[in-house]
Amino acid sequence: MTPIAAVNDFVVKFANVNGSGSASANELFARAILRMGVPVSPRNIFPSNIQGLPTWYEVRVSEAGWLGRRGGVDLLVQMNPQTWDADVAELPAGGYLLYDSSRPLPPGRLRDDIVVLGVPLTRICAEHYQDPRQRQLFKNIMYLGVLSVLLGIEREAIVRLVGEQYRGKEKLLEANLGALDLGRAHALAHFPDGIGLQVRAADAVGERIFMEGNAAVALGMVYGGATVCAWYPITPSSSVAEAFQKYCQKFRSGEDGNRHAIIQAEDEIASIGMVVGAGWNGARAFTATSGPGVSLMTEFIGLAYMAEIPATIVNVQRGGPSTGMPTRTQQADLLSCAYASHGDTRHVMLFPEDPAECFAFAADALDLADRLQTPVFLMTDLDIGMNQRLCAPLAWDDARRYDRGKVLSAAQLEDGREFGRYLDADGDGIPWRTWPGTHPTRGAFFTRGTTKDPWARYSERGPDYVYNIERLRRKWRTASDLVPAPVPTAAAQGARAGVIHYGSTSPAMAEALAALAAAGLHLDALRLRAFPFPQSVLEFIEDHERVFVVEQNADGQMRMLLVNEFGVDPAHLVPVLHYDGTPITARFIVDAITAVLGASPVRPQPERVS
Amino acid sequence: MTWIAKPRLHHPSLSRNAVGYTRRDYEGKVSTLCAGCGHDSISAAIIQACWELDIEPHRVAKLSGIGCSSKTPDYFLGNSHGFNTVHGRMPSVLTGANLANRGLTYLGVSGDGDSASIGMGQFVHAIRRGVDMAYIVENNGVYGLTKGQFSATADQGSVSKRGVANSDAPIDLVGLALQLGATYVARGFSGDKTQLVPLIKGALGHRGVAILDVISPCVAFNNHAGSTKSYDYVREHNDAVNRLDVIEGRAAIAVDYAPGEAIDVVQHDGTVLRLRKLDPDYDPTDRLAAMAYVNLHQARGEVVTGLLHVDPAAADLHGHLGTVATPLNQLGVAELCPGAAALEKINAGLR
Repeated sequence: MTPIAAVNDFVVKFANVNGSGSASANELFARAILRMGVPVSPRNIFPSNIQGLPTWYEVRVSEAGWLGRRGGVDLLVQMNPQTWDADVAELPAGGYLLYDSSRPLPPGRLRDDIVVLGVPLTRICAEHYQDPRQRQLFKNIMYLGVLSVLLGIEREAIVRLVGEQYRGKEKLLEANLGALDLGRAHALAHFPDGIGLQVRAADAVGERIFMEGNAAVALGMVYGGATVCAWYPITPSSSVAEAFQKYCQKFRSGEDGNRHAIIQAEDEIASIGMVVGAGWNGARAFTATSGPGVSLMTEFIGLAYMAEIPATIVNVQRGGPSTGMPTRTQQADLLSCAYASHGDTRHVMLFPEDPAECFAFAADALDLADRLQTPVFLMTDLDIGMNQRLCAPLAWDDARRYDRGKVLSAAQLEDGREFGRYLDADGDGIPWRTWPGTHPTRGAFFTRGTTKDPWARYSERGPDYVYNIERLRRKWRTASDLVPAPVPTAAAQGARAGVIHYGSTSPAMAEALAALAAAGLHLDALRLRAFPFPQSVLEFIEDHERVFVVEQNADGQMRMLLVNEFGVDPAHLVPVLHYDGTPITARFIVDAITAVLGASPVRPQPERVS
Repeated sequence: MTWIAKPRLHHPSLSRNAVGYTRRDYEGKVSTLCAGCGHDSISAAIIQACWELDIEPHRVAKLSGIGCSSKTPDYFLGNSHGFNTVHGRMPSVLTGANLANRGLTYLGVSGDGDSASIGMGQFVHAIRRGVDMAYIVENNGVYGLTKGQFSATADQGSVSKRGVANSDAPIDLVGLALQLGATYVARGFSGDKTQLVPLIKGALGHRGVAILDVISPCVAFNNHAGSTKSYDYVREHNDAVNRLDVIEGRAAIAVDYAPGEAIDVVQHDGTVLRLRKLDPDYDPTDRLAAMAYVNLHQARGEVVTGLLHVDPAAADLHGHLGTVATPLNQLGVAELCPGAAALEKINAGLR
């Protein structure tokens, strides 16, 4: 058995029990490596329960900067006897197992083709701490200490992080550092040479930040000027509203009162109803939800579409259908959002790839909703939303002004220009609107979901209905010019095949493209950032003999949208579908594409140092 | 097309209120409801109340759900923005609208099907939050637009036009509103405008959630012997606990009653609710007593009307949330956006 050896390129997986307080130590592990200038991408893998059941935290360390989930495990920190067998089986030959050796294991539980590192964490804790909670919590910090010695993580990096975490709480700080050093002392005594996996200081992180997508969305809503947030708790979106509350308390609360209103509604129907009411009345409003929430909201979404009211809906997607896999990730709500509600409806969707775009697109979504007077979906997923991702720093231009769209002021109404609420005055399909209370005698209209004439008068006349629907179609075409453009990445050499992807898939996609290119398979890529699709998407499809559409759902929903919207031959678009609830890996994409292109399989592998 | 143009001619001698409007300025489109519909009487009462209160029509936002009652906002306050939302969900839309601009007067119009069946949840939670609005339920015990099905307020044993008896127990929205802590609860009858107009005025002037349940007979489907929501039944069983006069804050008090016959309730804005007691023992500021009174009389088959409860010190949702005085929809980038410098600090904290 040759132990795995690698520098700055490996995967560590922590197997914990939910509620044991491990999250903080695990995050410290990832952050400490980041502080050494080595990119990491951690992922929470957790079941839908409160505590007691298994939870995992997987950290990919990649100096090359690959942030997608790699697949496979090199070092397992096993703190959950319940999942022992399955977790240990994941280790390849030569992998490492760190476990709590306080009690002897029954014979046959350890593989002889892996490196087993036993540390009596429970026993050491029992010797040093009296309080039962401390005995539990400090086990986590202690294994962090052990890991720091094994992998060569600088103690100072951890000390600084703990110091930041417990600023002003000196007692807690000292206690945590004590536990850290207990772990380090044990490791130095028993494993003084470390192991084959090593972290070495590098300069590969740069100015990038480390942030969860949900928090980035919330901050984008603050910067974008959302003042009303109405929501109903649902995994994995709840932390959007919770973070919005936190940021509003920091930035929007003054002596004169709160410059925001946040309502935890009684259900998703009420939350979108409040968003629609606020949007009708001129405030920027949003809700955050997930697939089942969108299902409940669809009647209101149809109303907002038909009555042309701005509404921003954040959909942090999870595994469906129905309750599906509430704590796993998918990109499986595309169709249910694109055409949400009955009748002929179409909705704008934005697909951010990382927290930086979550921030930017949240503010953009508010602008687009106002400009287009329609619902706008910000489509993220659990993988971006609830995991910390390394990304570009958040950026804001202080010269930016909110686009409130076509809203007539009292003075404009006074000028006497013709106001027809649903009149296509400018030929772009977007009518002018007025906010309630603007003018004593001009600009008032009646808002309703029923069809109407251009002056908002109730009408069941066929021509009035057709005029309205055709104008909405014009507005849809206008939308395709306003939404974020797709991002093309040209292959290094001329490519006959292309790849279309979107959202959280992009880190795995980037790595897959590099691996394919290294094996001589060159593909052009196009990352979609919005629906409706601009014309350049059709051009990309037509320019390639074959286009792979990579996505994380079973039906190939983006592919269906492309076929439906452009009428392209479905055979032209090859689905690459990953939908087991885990984030897609570069290996999966490479395997799928090489299988079709007939080349010999290539796999991105961690660099091995002999 | 069921929209009918109304002549714009004004009689020159129509009297004007303190803000310069005639009663015609508070009218809307011509009603398309059945002749004799109680809802049209309520619309007339709303017009009268708003005119008397000197509310500028365009500063009212009128929202409704779906159904006969919910069509009515088109028939009054034609210079106001109206919103016919979705069935049963007006309260949430009104809540959002109210959060966006606290400077307008909010009038929610709903029906018994809208509020007591499909919209029960939203009715309940709007009350719980104390949304500042006048919430009028035009209650006829029947679904009119879908032609005669029982609603959840129809009394057990009452008979439909087709001769079917209702086997389900009714939901009493007034009882529910009292239970939930609504700070203004009243019941009126569309056939008693004298009583109804002041109840609407009081509800509009009340800061906090004002629930006004108005029995409003449906002439097409529920105005026959056997119905407990018919004109005849309500007239015969009406038990009014008081008569209300609303005296606006800042205006000279011109009404004078002999001591002992009336109690005054002063609201936040200075408005005085002057109640002439018809039942000498009834105290509308005592919520628990009001609940007992309403339940007792309901068990006897009586319809208790009047101002049943008022809490003059009520707070509203904005008070609970501590929102700024400036309407949220008027805040711009300067007030809302923390700016690039703050963002750089956030970035620094995320490394």
